[in-house]
Amino acid sequence: MAMIEFKNVSKWYGNFQVLTNCTTQVDKGEVVVVCGPSGSGKSTLIKCVNGLEPFQSGEIIVNSQSVGAKETNLPRLRSMIGMVFQSFELFPHMKVADNINLGQVKVLGRGVEEATARSMSLLKRVGLEAHAQKFPGQLSGGQQQRVAIARALAMDPIAMLFDEPTSALDPEMINEVLDVMTELAKEGMTMMVVTHEMGFASRVAHRVIFMDRGEIVEDATKEDFFGKPRSERAVQFLSKILHH
Amino acid sequence: MFSGFDFDVIQRSLPYLWQGMMFSLGLTALAMTGGIILGTLLALMRLSSYGFISAPASGYVNLLRSTPLILVIFWFYFLVPIAVKHITGDSYAQGIGPFYSALIAFTLFEAAYYCEIIRAGIQSVPTGQVSAAYALGLNYWQATIQVVLPQAFRNMVPILLTQGIILFQDTSLVYVVGLTDFMGAASKVAQRDGRLVEMYLFAALIYFIMCFFASYFVKRLQLRITPPR
Repeated sequence: MAMIEFKNVSKWYGNFQVLTNCTTQVDKGEVVVVCGPSGSGKSTLIKCVNGLEPFQSGEIIVNSQSVGAKETNLPRLRSMIGMVFQSFELFPHMKVADNINLGQVKVLGRGVEEATARSMSLLKRVGLEAHAQKFPGQLSGGQQQRVAIARALAMDPIAMLFDEPTSALDPEMINEVLDVMTELAKEGMTMMVVTHEMGFASRVAHRVIFMDRGEIVEDATKEDFFGKPRSERAVQFLSKILHH
Repeated sequence: MFSGFDFDVIQRSLPYLWQGMMFSLGLTALAMTGGIILGTLLALMRLSSYGFISAPASGYVNLLRSTPLILVIFWFYFLVPIAVKHITGDSYAQGIGPFYSALIAFTLFEAAYYCEIIRAGIQSVPTGQVSAAYALGLNYWQATIQVVLPQAFRNMVPILLTQGIILFQDTSLVYVVGLTDFMGAASKVAQRDGRLVEMYLFAALIYFIMCFFASYFVKRLQLRITPPR
């Protein structure tokens, strides 16, 4: 069953086309990694899923609701899709626990006690329960990103979007974030992950989407993608990023 | 050198000057509060992507910022009652009195300046923060109130207070509508007792001390509130 469905999605910035007829889907419980050279439109594509980026033609259906449609309650749809950003984007003026409480209280209407209990159990899960009363600025990058994952999970999302979650991290902190993501995937979370971590892709992903110049060039199982990439561009990309 | 002067006049008129000072501080506080609230709304309007929302706010700000404050005070005191009479046709309509005229004039005038400060403050909040708020499902007002404005105001507190210090000095203009603030009180005593030099020196000293220490406090605050990032 398709959880997220892209039908001929195209997007322009003025005259410049950033997405060209992107068609693919992410099934329930599936982990899809999106990769490609920088500027290939992968971040833009993932941001279209929850309407952070508008697109001009085509359709994206999330859980049988069309993202771009006028009658869609976008805030409500967004609350069902967790998103993790490259630069964490924790709210610096709120303590860690309050960061995780915010959406639960303001959007889901949970009481503060219930929300806090949920926040604490999620913090425990990402190994940060001792940091609940700190401000984000007092945590390392890896810790901040784990809090950001907890914040997204607190909304009980039906799918999670990761936009280059480890690109802004020091190398020694990448694994602590990838471990949390791997665990999520094992639990059957539907995930769409933009990343350059090919190790993560080959271990965890079910499918790999390769994008170049705004087009989905390759959309294959990970075995096919890493074993016998069909397009020249994917071969080049893989040889560049795997051989260093 | 000061033999011909009578500094005792200050002590004799202290209660009256104190009243004036309370008036100055009260008007400053009220106009600042109103100005910041109205200025915030204007700033949000100016930042709207809808022309029919941003254009009126821009027009308002540009108009008031190119008008002398004293003219705005006059306008509210003398012209608004006439306009009200004209519009309502009630030739006995009264003005709202000098205090409310001055308060409204100051609030509206300061709002234009606060708007520009607050707009810059809002723009200093990274767009990723707004995206993160929206991604959680917050709507425009929730994202603005919970995420954007707290960070914007934190960045702006020093400059908002500095604008407040300027406003405090500007409140001396209320003499034009017959209100007695600290400066007005000093001036009246000076003319009544013929002690111009003493009173104006004293008034200058008090303004200097208050504004100097307020600025010093703002500078200290600025160092303390720089948020950990």
